[in-house]
Amino acid sequence: MSIETSGKPKRSIGGRLLIAVPYVWLLVFFLAPFFIVFKISLSEVAIAIPPYLPTFDVAAGWREFWGNLSRFSFDNYIWLTEDALYWKSYLSSVVIAGTSTLLTLLVGYPIAYGMARSPKAWRPTLLMLVILPFWTSFLIRVYAWIGILKNEGLLNQVLLWLGVIDQPLVILNTNIAVYIGIIYSYLPFLVLPLYANLEKLDESLLEAAEDLGCPAWKAFWKITLPLSLPGVIAGCFLVFIPAVGEFVIPDLLGGSNTLMIGKTLWVEFFANRDWPVSSAVAVILLLLLVVPIVLFQNQQQKMAEKDA
Amino acid sequence: MRNGPTWFNVTSIVLGFSFLYLPIVLLVIFSFNESRLVTVWGGFSTKWYGELLKNDQLLSAAWVTLKVAFLSASLATVLGTMAALVLVRSGRFRGRSLFSGMIFAPLVMPDVILGLSLLLLFVAMDQTRGFWTVMLAHTTFAMCYVAVVVQSRLVGFDKSVEEAAEDLGCPPAKTFFLITLPIILPGVIAGWMLAFTLSLDDLVVASFTTGPGATTLPMKIYSQVRLGVTPEINAVCTILVCLVTIGVIAASIASKRQQIQREQDERAAFGAD
Repeated sequence: MSIETSGKPKRSIGGRLLIAVPYVWLLVFFLAPFFIVFKISLSEVAIAIPPYLPTFDVAAGWREFWGNLSRFSFDNYIWLTEDALYWKSYLSSVVIAGTSTLLTLLVGYPIAYGMARSPKAWRPTLLMLVILPFWTSFLIRVYAWIGILKNEGLLNQVLLWLGVIDQPLVILNTNIAVYIGIIYSYLPFLVLPLYANLEKLDESLLEAAEDLGCPAWKAFWKITLPLSLPGVIAGCFLVFIPAVGEFVIPDLLGGSNTLMIGKTLWVEFFANRDWPVSSAVAVILLLLLVVPIVLFQNQQQKMAEKDA
Repeated sequence: MRNGPTWFNVTSIVLGFSFLYLPIVLLVIFSFNESRLVTVWGGFSTKWYGELLKNDQLLSAAWVTLKVAFLSASLATVLGTMAALVLVRSGRFRGRSLFSGMIFAPLVMPDVILGLSLLLLFVAMDQTRGFWTVMLAHTTFAMCYVAVVVQSRLVGFDKSVEEAAEDLGCPPAKTFFLITLPIILPGVIAGWMLAFTLSLDDLVVASFTTGPGATTLPMKIYSQVRLGVTPEINAVCTILVCLVTIGVIAASIASKRQQIQREQDERAAFGAD
């Protein structure tokens, strides 16, 4: 476009508007809310509408704002460190998300590998089949597992009928069910970047290894796996980051002793109606996730530069 | 290297895809179950679909959800396409990295944080919560997905046709609608569909930002699922799964056809030289 090739940033009104509209939208609806969350996390809970003090009043101006500032306190954050529920929730979210990311990788790698090594004519169909579940409702896919995993569910019926077990297994409402739910829901997120990476792999390297007498498993270990690491890392981030804050899966498949921070936040907000504490929980969760999010973006940028 | 797929690759694909599809297939099968006990087969019946049509609450929730999804997907497509154009075409400008950060962060941001922060924004703005707040919330996160989808389409784009139009004196806005938009249209349509299904799907953000009178279908399904698995829910889910599957397959066939058509046109054009 002429605007860009002319060098100097001499933008037309249309060009400015093009940037301004989505920019302002995101500033108002994405960035500004975080500051409000932070502000309310410093407030005190109150029996009022909205249920916190001091409230946010733009009309009152800056003087009022600075006046209110002295009433802000870090009590909610101190409360988060005092009640074991919160740090245990954070810790167990990270552990559950980390474990299920590794399990998803174990399940997803063979699928991505198989797809990348399948005949070229199959690939678009296989790719379509991986993407399709991603389009179907998350809630529905989690719900589908309840009927399978519960005590009188289909899995137990099949296992009892086969004679593998003589007592129904208790899976639903345990952490195992949460792992299964996360693996199932997030599998496409891992398979897609990994497949994109494995498909680009130069097969002549493997041929060379084979010609030199390297066994297939060793060639995989020494060549395929190291070269696929960018895809593995991208996929793992895409599973891990949203899984940490997951609510639906631990709520529907997990038990009362499954602690995950998304669920804790939800209960704090909807059941206890403590908006300041749930805001503080959100702020800490955000800080916890900033590190992997930034790492992920850097990695993506590096990969994009390499491709260019 | 090896000719044909190895047994290992075939097994992993077959096992992987059965894992992905078996739960949904079972869900669909049991929606036609005569018995109220969801896991015991009591014969084929479509009575649960009949029950659905009598369930006014569910139908009105479905109607609200469709309206929210349609409006938010359309708005998100406009905003997301603009954002994608900015990312690919606007070059450097002040605050560019913040902009791309705000496009990519919502893709991985947990729903609970998005929902809570938007709710607190609406409360601070003194907005009555309900239909419109859910619509705005969905637009916000959906536009980021649209931006990413359209962006990938814009990257592999032959800029010379645009430049040709501008050199011939076509104003930028007209160039966009006559040249750019038709070429990136498959990406825009895919973005709209993604935004639509994301909105159709969303439970968490909607639960936070909604108010009285605007219950969406996922919220309705969620509250019933908490009480237990019922064949009626299976029936609702089956309808949703079928609609989405048909939509996605139809769109991919359409885009494939268009691609073949374009390749033929190009070949014809070069042949005429």
